[in-house]
Amino acid sequence: MTETYRVALAGNPNTGKSTLFNALTGLKQHTGNWAGKTVTLAEGTLTHKGINYQLIDLPGTYSIFSNSRDEEVARNYIVFEKPDVTLVVVDATSLERNLNLALQILEMTRNVIICINLIDEAEKRGISINERLLTRRLGVPVIKISARNKTGFPLLLDTIERLAEGKLVCEPARITYDKDIEIKIASLEPFVAEMVEDRISSRWVALRLLDGDESLLDELKSRLKVKEGSA
Amino acid sequence: MNTELANSGSRGDLNALYEKAQQLSSSDLRDKIVGSLYQESKRLCEAGVHHSNTKRDRRTEKLDAVFTSPIWGFPIMMVMLGIVFYLTIAGANVPSDMIARFFGWLENYITAFFQWISAPDWLYGVLVLGLYRGTTWVVSVMLPPMAIFFPTFALLENYGYLPRVAFNMDRIFKKVGAHGKQSLTMAMGFGCNAAAMMSSRIIESPRERMLAILTNNFVPCNGRWGTLIVLASLFMAAGYTGGAKSLVTTSVVVGIVLFGILVTFLVSWVLSKTVLKGVPTHYTLELPAYRRPKFWETVIRSSLERSWAVLLRAVKVAAPAGILTWVLANVSVGDTSVLMHIVNFLDPFGQMLGLDGYILMAFLIGLPANEIVLPILIMGYLSTGALTEVDNLGDLKQIFVDQGWTWLTALNMMLFSLLHFPCGTTLVNIYKETKSIKWAFLAFLIPTMIAIFVTFVIAQSVKLLG
Repeated sequence: MTETYRVALAGNPNTGKSTLFNALTGLKQHTGNWAGKTVTLAEGTLTHKGINYQLIDLPGTYSIFSNSRDEEVARNYIVFEKPDVTLVVVDATSLERNLNLALQILEMTRNVIICINLIDEAEKRGISINERLLTRRLGVPVIKISARNKTGFPLLLDTIERLAEGKLVCEPARITYDKDIEIKIASLEPFVAEMVEDRISSRWVALRLLDGDESLLDELKSRLKVKEGSA
Repeated sequence: MNTELANSGSRGDLNALYEKAQQLSSSDLRDKIVGSLYQESKRLCEAGVHHSNTKRDRRTEKLDAVFTSPIWGFPIMMVMLGIVFYLTIAGANVPSDMIARFFGWLENYITAFFQWISAPDWLYGVLVLGLYRGTTWVVSVMLPPMAIFFPTFALLENYGYLPRVAFNMDRIFKKVGAHGKQSLTMAMGFGCNAAAMMSSRIIESPRERMLAILTNNFVPCNGRWGTLIVLASLFMAAGYTGGAKSLVTTSVVVGIVLFGILVTFLVSWVLSKTVLKGVPTHYTLELPAYRRPKFWETVIRSSLERSWAVLLRAVKVAAPAGILTWVLANVSVGDTSVLMHIVNFLDPFGQMLGLDGYILMAFLIGLPANEIVLPILIMGYLSTGALTEVDNLGDLKQIFVDQGWTWLTALNMMLFSLLHFPCGTTLVNIYKETKSIKWAFLAFLIPTMIAIFVTFVIAQSVKLLG
């Protein structure tokens, strides 16, 4: 019996996320109606070194608050469906803007790989990126690829494998907010932790509640209800 | 047993926890969070990204420092708007004239043909005096401005300036409780309000989308340009000639447009404080690098596409309306035509607004498309019920003056045109987009009330002041 690991792809629109998805899965894909919602996500499979992976292409979003349906779908998948690995695809030519989303995702989950895509385009424009430094600072693997030219794939696939199998443990750097917010988070977090246990990052939930994320609140309520029903 | 208790307990706790979080929270919390994220991204990039030859990026940064500057951003926008309108107004004069003369010349042959086959008068009336003149009027008045306005707009867009406009406007929209992307749907509205309804889909939040939909009408569309430009140049710039005339016309039109934008903000603000309460959502606006577009390709494509759309609309809407007006003017009940019955009925109300019965009738029959309001009005004014050949604008002005028009009538007609109910196509699209009769009706009612209120106040105060 071989286990299938689930790998979610997140990223800003126009970062070549779907190009990467297509390049990795080839023709082995279909669109799945996910979690009974009207949103369809593209899914595909991939085999590397005898291990099967299921890839899920999340909607492209600029942030992952609850501004739109797409953002909610992406957030719910990452937080509640808990993929084994989350790939955050970022555009090498506008890294600063793209890292916003990556930082937000790092608050939600640990097993993240940051794929710096369009590296060929960036090099053409004279942008050089020190991925080792970023890896150190972010606490998760940062890998340069070009989905179009299929460069950087071997390292990416090996890293996915090591992360999925638990051979590599991530320690995502967390953002420190200003003192005021940190105090508020600290006062809420213990209560949140009691409720969500270690299934979801309590720091993140506390922050979202402070931000007035009602959609997350509803989601938490219904998820707890489902659990109760099955108990 | 135990888990059940724990879980039902936690659901109650969740609500309590959320309330607690809300008490702790402050209104600037999201801004602070987003700010921290941006700072961190910036720090990471400063450390880990090295630019070696980024001439284009630096140029973009320098241009953005000017175009999106808190001081220069708005004046530059005004100037740009002025330039676009000036080019449109000054440039459209000559071709408009040429096209009108061409259609007039062609009409002689068509008339000769009808005489040759000895067609009955009513057939000649419906087809030539109604349909042909209605359609060709729309084409000759609308087509040249569109063929200049749209390519200019498309060029600004392709150079990368329009996203900066959205960026600048975001500050105001946020203040009035709306979404910054509303400025993009507004820009779309300059072309066509009906199309802008569809473009409002780019706004994710239903509340802010509704604001964009309900206020879009206050930017004058394609179909209203003609009315605004013709009336401004006839009555507002009457004492000027040549370049100065175009300049005065432009200033009046720009003033009208700014007034429309002001009303947009006001209405958005009022709605977001009353029926559409809420806080504006955050969003990311991409500011692409400035780049030189393919000039001729942009110009040719946008003018051809637009011209085609205008022509098609002229035939689809102006033609039947031309026929309808001719029929109304030539079918009598008692000893008065149906048209005159309508006009007499509307006249007292029209006078209160500084307008008259003909003008209100034209707006009503013009519901399907704003393009036809002015041609219908002129057809109404002429006793035959057919649009006479108007060879030059002087003739046109005489028609208006004979009906007792003053600058006040022109101003109020322009304002009414700017503020009144959206056209039929737009209303249908609003219904399709919102799936709600209530909102579609409000989209009709709000602008109409404002149009009546504004023109009433102006007409009455001018009367008071003598």
